[in-house]
Amino acid sequence: MYPPRFDYLAPSSVEEVVAALGEHEGAKVMAGGQSLIPVLKLRIASVDTVVDINGVPGLDGIEEEAGELRIGALVRHADAERSPLLASRYGLLGSTAPLVSDPLVRNRGTICGSLAHADPQGDWGSAMIAARATVVARGPSGERTIPVEELAVGPFMTTLAPDEVITEVRVPDPGPRTGGTYLKLERRVGDYATAAVAVQVTLENGHVREAGIALTGVGATNLRAAAAEDALRGSEPGEAAIREAASLAAAAADPQSDHRGSAEYKRNVVRVFCERGLRTAISAAQAGQE
Amino acid sequence: MTQLESTTTPGLHPVEVTVNGQAREAEVEARLLLVHFLRQTLGLTGTHLGCDTTSCGACAVLVDGTPVKSCTMLAVQATGNEITTVEGLAQGGQLHPVQQAFHEEHGLQCGFCTPGMMLTSVALLEANPSPTDEEIRWALSGQICRCTGYQNIVHAVQSAATTMREA
Repeated sequence: MYPPRFDYLAPSSVEEVVAALGEHEGAKVMAGGQSLIPVLKLRIASVDTVVDINGVPGLDGIEEEAGELRIGALVRHADAERSPLLASRYGLLGSTAPLVSDPLVRNRGTICGSLAHADPQGDWGSAMIAARATVVARGPSGERTIPVEELAVGPFMTTLAPDEVITEVRVPDPGPRTGGTYLKLERRVGDYATAAVAVQVTLENGHVREAGIALTGVGATNLRAAAAEDALRGSEPGEAAIREAASLAAAAADPQSDHRGSAEYKRNVVRVFCERGLRTAISAAQAGQE
Repeated sequence: MTQLESTTTPGLHPVEVTVNGQAREAEVEARLLLVHFLRQTLGLTGTHLGCDTTSCGACAVLVDGTPVKSCTMLAVQATGNEITTVEGLAQGGQLHPVQQAFHEEHGLQCGFCTPGMMLTSVALLEANPSPTDEEIRWALSGQICRCTGYQNIVHAVQSAATTMREA
């Protein structure tokens, strides 16, 4: 399959990327291309101009700065998978990376590209919502930050303007008494999630100080399970609180029945995975307390 | 053909790549996929096109040593890169240890997935000379084999790992 014809630009700075997006109507940014190339080939989408950002220097860093983790727009899933920093201090992100698609796609696809693509089945959307991340978008009038929770407004739709490009995603340092994990049910490697749950819990004085819970594949966007988070916040992190939060997360899910399972089944997967994820996260947070 | 043409002006873009150690240049349409560049422009048909939907991994090639699906990369994006295809594995008439091992361990039946499987295995062994079976399966998990049940592929990679460690 061939994609429809398109013009191709490969700028060498973020400024040039923004200018190219502004000058060419129907232009689209390509980073890893692991979602954009398939949808072009299947002719689900068409673009007039591809603006390839792979030649832009300085976008491939995973760095901590001023209490935040900064992941540049050209950081591949595989980079995140191999990052000792993510594995140690950002456990939710570290556990998400190896579950994204398959190893070959992870070698090329990017985290920021996944967020910009806004597939409700995307793994990073949930992980970044639960981790309270924000993306940095550059446009003609400068930079702005958008909480990942507010980035997607529907399937494959975001609040990004056509002439804006995501340059990085910033994740607040969750602190030492934090645990997080990503649990995903997939029929086989590389399939989209039947359902998945991202959780992150921070403890303080034996109580839950902050909780982030987000759901994949069970709504029009990655969903934040706010009621479940509220129930956990301030609670003692025991079985009763875990079960209540998991029930609330399942209630927040809005799944569709399809070939991967019925809506009822997916909702139950959310509940079970939320319970399991919270147990893992809380244990990790308690271990970090010493 | 005309009905496929979009309203944008079709332009050609230079590709300058090293393929199996040899510098190659061409002018291509931006929409040309790397797999078609290798197979049709360069005539290197050892790279197979399977599902064409980023699912099966038959088209895997090494780009600067890293396995990627060549059906999901534009040829123009390969400029400046070093590509290794299955044709680049054997050296001086000698099969690569991974090729020899796939042969000896019956790591293939129909052979369609084999070029991609071998290239990913080469990259794995480069990074991890003594992988566990689990690590091999994990590394190859983006590639589908409909014949072998994977068991003999894992055996082949282990066998190649032993040969390469002893070399």
